[in-house]
Amino acid sequence: MNLTLHVWRQKSPADPGRMVKYEVRGVSEHASFLEMLDVLNEQLVEKGEEPIAFEHDCREGICGSCGFMINGEAHGPQPATTVCQLHMRHFKDGAVLHLEPWRSKAFPVVKDLVVNRSSFDRIVAAGGFISVATGSAPEANLIPVPKPISDRAFDAAQCIGCGACVAQCPNGAAQLFTSAKVSHLSLLPQGQPERFDRALSMVEAMEREGFGSCTNYAECEAVCPKEISIDFIARMNRDYLSAKGKGVMKPPLSTAG
Amino acid sequence: MKLDSKAPSGPLETRWAEHKGHLKLVNPNNKRKFTILVVGSGLAGASAAASFAELGYNVKCFCFQDSPRRAHSIAAQGGINAAKNYHNDGDSVFRLFYDTIKGGDFRSREANVYRLAEVSVNIIDQCVAQGVPFAREYGGLLDNRSFGGAQVSRTFYARGQTGQQLLLGAYQALTKEIATGKVKMFPRTEMLDLVVSNGRAVGIVVRDMVTGKIESHAGHAVVLATGGYGNVYYLSTNAKGSNVTAAWRAHRRGALFANPCYTQIHPTCIPASGDYQSKLTLMSESLRNDGRIWVPNDPNDKRSPDRIPEGDRDYYLERRYPSFGNLVPRDVAARNAKNVVDEGRGVGPQKNGVYLDFADSIKRLGRSVIEERYGNLFQMYEKITGEDPYAVPMRIYPAPHYTMGGLWVDYNLMSNVEGLYVLGEANFSDHGANRLGASALMQGLADGYFVIPYTIGDYLAGFLSEAVSTDSPAFREAEAEVADRTRKLLSINGKRTPDSFHRELGRIVWDYCGIARNAEGLRKALQLIPALREEFWSNLRVAGTAESFNQELEKAGRVSDYFELAELLCVDALERDESCGGHLREEHQTPDGEALRDDANFSFVSAWEWNGVGKAPALHKEPLEFEFVTPTQRSYK
Repeated sequence: MNLTLHVWRQKSPADPGRMVKYEVRGVSEHASFLEMLDVLNEQLVEKGEEPIAFEHDCREGICGSCGFMINGEAHGPQPATTVCQLHMRHFKDGAVLHLEPWRSKAFPVVKDLVVNRSSFDRIVAAGGFISVATGSAPEANLIPVPKPISDRAFDAAQCIGCGACVAQCPNGAAQLFTSAKVSHLSLLPQGQPERFDRALSMVEAMEREGFGSCTNYAECEAVCPKEISIDFIARMNRDYLSAKGKGVMKPPLSTAG
Repeated sequence: MKLDSKAPSGPLETRWAEHKGHLKLVNPNNKRKFTILVVGSGLAGASAAASFAELGYNVKCFCFQDSPRRAHSIAAQGGINAAKNYHNDGDSVFRLFYDTIKGGDFRSREANVYRLAEVSVNIIDQCVAQGVPFAREYGGLLDNRSFGGAQVSRTFYARGQTGQQLLLGAYQALTKEIATGKVKMFPRTEMLDLVVSNGRAVGIVVRDMVTGKIESHAGHAVVLATGGYGNVYYLSTNAKGSNVTAAWRAHRRGALFANPCYTQIHPTCIPASGDYQSKLTLMSESLRNDGRIWVPNDPNDKRSPDRIPEGDRDYYLERRYPSFGNLVPRDVAARNAKNVVDEGRGVGPQKNGVYLDFADSIKRLGRSVIEERYGNLFQMYEKITGEDPYAVPMRIYPAPHYTMGGLWVDYNLMSNVEGLYVLGEANFSDHGANRLGASALMQGLADGYFVIPYTIGDYLAGFLSEAVSTDSPAFREAEAEVADRTRKLLSINGKRTPDSFHRELGRIVWDYCGIARNAEGLRKALQLIPALREEFWSNLRVAGTAESFNQELEKAGRVSDYFELAELLCVDALERDESCGGHLREEHQTPDGEALRDDANFSFVSAWEWNGVGKAPALHKEPLEFEFVTPTQRSYK
């Protein structure tokens, strides 16, 4: 199959950047989207041009490195699929595709389709953990966790931190990412001692990073490659408001759920 | 060079406790006077860095990814072993030790492997406390499943994303310490050299992958947790960025590289579909619990799999290994798949796979149970192949997956270079000639959480009054070499891309040093590799500049190291004139095609010393002694 690509090229953060058109010929429908770009890049290098920079690593949809907009959709048209797992069989011969990096003030462009997502790491550093020093853990089965709770925590914990939620959100909000981590830990009994403090600090960190506000567009849920539910945002808001209203030191004595 | 493993003697059960009891300690108030450099942020690196910081050491941690959360440990699917015996099925520390040493075909140290089994139970406790959402039974307690090479259920798992959940646990622990300032994190930073002064590792030289700036960092100790070298084959299940550069540059600075020929070819991966293939995708071997492997009896059978009646199918693993069946160890499963494909009985458009069929399990357990166990794997398979594995059998074929070889370390995980520690897949210890499923996660976390925090103090205690600094000729010299190498790569201005060389190199290594090896093929590879290496250094084209974000330059540097490693891999495979574990020399097989060891002549670790490009490396041997197990011919019949 043949494609026309319009790709965002930006040499460095200071460069204003522009869209550049490429014709790609003879792409196999079994190739992945990134393999199609590999082939194009190899041709560019052979012609003496700089290849298109894009982030990728595992190419199995789990590391969260990859991601860019394809015709305005984060990770492209397939639901629950990172761009590395997207295959060319989902496109029509002759398709015209526009590739752009994640767009968000909190994700500055590094080069071409590569952005800096270290703001996500700083949100996690604000409280996205359970404080347990190595060696101090009790025997694992002393903490029974009802299976439905454990499964729900897992649903939230699956977040790969790719940033698609932010990129798709008209407000550039990071609520889905932040709430996934808050909910993963606050659902579990192990996460209770720090539950409200965590919600408060992580939400504040998120705001400091310059992400937008959530107004329930739910675009994030629609593009999330791990299908993380916006229900977790409601959960985080509840914990955040409890923490705000009652003071961190006096959380309600509720248990998980 | 005499290799001292420092492995303790005495009763197996008390060796680690005794050893720990006699290691020197660093007083809590003095720990802040030390700086430890940790390279890599996967399970081993992140767990070590977090644990060091909790103890009070200053840590600098480096990773090439944009965030430590993306290290390749994240892609591990199936699970992590631990001798908890929750299933009351006869498991014990000794049994996990025995299975691991037997699975490794008696090519690892007893003391190391026993310690690994011993601390396995602490890992599960630690991870559960961190909030790792392991699979649970309806009563709320932890669930286990069985895995290849074992007859007990000791594998803890988190759907098909165990590595992800364990890594996020370690990443969160690390992040907590980044927030406290005890760990300074350097993402998008690649280690390009080790700095050795007076025989001691004193620092590293790195490249900032955004600005291209070359910088040095000094530390009291350097800990490499940089993963394996499976990408030497080009096509492997490793992440595209996984590379041997940090370990290899340390090797060039004197660290011995042990058993490079022990590479693991994983039996269950999705077969390649064309020339543009950039990597191969693993399907967790846990699938072998419920999937049955078969090929048609007749190589010319053109029927779709559901139309082939039972009588015309060959369930070759169940036929040849009645007691382990589809759960034989990885090397045995991989070799058998290669044999049936070589016989022309491969399936799929390129006849390069075998069926892994879930029809019977779906009939027996129902679709929902299979979905619960493997849902995300089935989904991944469908995305890649466009076929629905609930309706048609999966097609699988072996692919390079893990490397048991790595930098040589003693019982304290220190290499022969003082102050250089190597953890996880990057070292050679614990898995012998073959690693059992669900044991890589176990080793990474054992090394990082429960071994290195004890052993490193024993070394550091000797350097209490010593300040570290990058102001020494050794640093200047290493920086100059790094800059020179970069300049060289950029100035060749030839015609071929780094990927094109990598693909060709990978093909050579796969053809002559892959699932099966022989002397003739290895000798041929040892002619082809240096010739291609010369072409690389004269006909390479690297786009872009040194002072910018340049993915081509990164690739070129890594490929240059693969060339040197590939040669050592083949030298080691040729020298090891026996079969063991993942290293099958075709000259040494039992009449029914099993690996035939030669314990009288090869019961040792091969540790290679670098002598320069194109020069023969020097072999040092560490003899392996077995006091508690008797090496036997592995049999999974």
